[in-house]
Amino acid sequence: MPPLLASEWFQRIATPAVVGLLLVSGWQAACRFFEIPQYLFPAPTDVAKSFLDNMPMLLGSLYITAMVTLKAFCLAVLIGTLTAFLFVQSRLVEIGLFPYVVLLQVTPIVAIAPLIIILVKSTDLSLIICATVVALFPIISNTITGLRSVDTGLLSYFRMKKAGRLKTLVRLRIPSALPFFLAGVRIASGLALIGAVVAEFVAGTGGRNSGLAYQILQSGFQLDIPLMFAALALIAILGIVMFVTMTALTQVLLGHWHESAMKEQA
Amino acid sequence: MKAVQTDVVQTSAVIEDLTGPAKTGRPTDRHLGVMPEQNADAAIIRILSAEKTFPNGTRALSPINLNVRKGEFLSLIGPSGCGKSTLLKIIANLIEPTDGRVSWWNGDFNQIGKPGRRLAFVFQDPTLMPWARVDANVRLALDLERQDGGDVTGKVAAALAQVGLTRFARSYPRELSGGMRMRVSIARALVDQPDLLLMDEPFGALDEFTRNKLDLDLVRLSWERALTTLFVTHSIYEAIFLSTRIIVMAANPGRIHSELVIDEPQPRDEDFRTSVRFAHLCRELSQMLTQASHA
Repeated sequence: MPPLLASEWFQRIATPAVVGLLLVSGWQAACRFFEIPQYLFPAPTDVAKSFLDNMPMLLGSLYITAMVTLKAFCLAVLIGTLTAFLFVQSRLVEIGLFPYVVLLQVTPIVAIAPLIIILVKSTDLSLIICATVVALFPIISNTITGLRSVDTGLLSYFRMKKAGRLKTLVRLRIPSALPFFLAGVRIASGLALIGAVVAEFVAGTGGRNSGLAYQILQSGFQLDIPLMFAALALIAILGIVMFVTMTALTQVLLGHWHESAMKEQA
Repeated sequence: MKAVQTDVVQTSAVIEDLTGPAKTGRPTDRHLGVMPEQNADAAIIRILSAEKTFPNGTRALSPINLNVRKGEFLSLIGPSGCGKSTLLKIIANLIEPTDGRVSWWNGDFNQIGKPGRRLAFVFQDPTLMPWARVDANVRLALDLERQDGGDVTGKVAAALAQVGLTRFARSYPRELSGGMRMRVSIARALVDQPDLLLMDEPFGALDEFTRNKLDLDLVRLSWERALTTLFVTHSIYEAIFLSTRIIVMAANPGRIHSELVIDEPQPRDEDFRTSVRFAHLCRELSQMLTQASHA
């Protein structure tokens, strides 16, 4: 096999690309062969045409959804991490508050989104709050697990050296928790997007500042299915970009020492 | 050398009293195999009727009295569950005794860390930070002791040189073999110039060859630095090779059973390991262990 084809990066990019190309080709061929009407299941070329026709509007919506997702994700990371630190410092605080964190997690966002939207006057803020609520739990849960999963020998060593709480937190607990935290962050990035889209659906926001979920709703009402697919594809691409970014961050932070991020040795 | 058998009932007896009249303990005498001073004043650690019962009711240690003298290499040996590691952790202040107390340099644990009263612990596992390079792992001991300044790098380099890992200063622990990781752990223990080194079966997980090599390194380091060392091991050969005194412990509950003084020249080398004398000492210790396991 030529060196280019054998290289890992080529295989990582080329293999899924070839699979994707085959799927899209099969989809296109099936639509044309069975003459499926556009309003039932549009061919990829119809979706691409609709995207090009509506590009400024779709990109504007993508920007709005991306901003809501990103802000909610950052808020979830900040609040989740601080909450986890608080819980780890005091067992009593954790026992007292953790059930309510679980409650927040198990209550469907669709059920509480209308309440949040009514209570919060700013639509943008209400969307961010809804998405944050959805993304919060994995960060809290994983970070707590990470902060508690410290090598007992190292913990004993720090204790023997009379290291204070802050020093133990910074030098030992936080680095130990990093793999767990980053796994939580990866899950949260996807959940933030789901939360943002669900909140946009529920809020039914319209006008100039509407996100991709609104475009999906509107195109559904108008039976413009190619536009709906184009908006859906943008949401999927946004999700993939977030996941790849988080994976790259994990690779940078853990790649040199943690098994979960290290490349397999041949 | 002399073996002292203690009555099982007398586990709380002070071993110091059982070892006979004091001998001279000048540091220069160590190479002649002469034991350091055995009077109580020379003891840097005194365990006074310390016992330990865990919250689940397991009685790990019945009251134990033991003095650790300056400059000696004291090994604790015994069957599994006899409380060797528990005793070591009590000395390191990692576990509180249920009753009794420990005195460090005739004072409490707060004075540990001051010059001349430094304590280091080497665990069963290397307990290194996998995210930090070898030199950062060694430096941790100084960072936690708040020793900053220009000579920190020099101290780390010197400690790594002592364990033969200078070339691997910028490696990560995962890139090292098990033996090398344990050497990093030893370098971390040595970097802040400890006066008392506590080692809890540090070479137990290593192969025989690596273990023998690290034993030799330890003999050399201990000799060069005139370290007081407390060493927990399961290996009769290792205990004989390294120690100036061996405490044999019995289980259920953990207690001191007997003591063996290894009055052999220091520093020891491979010739000692293959000597007839070594074989005799191994047989003697083996018999003592058999008695302890049936006690």
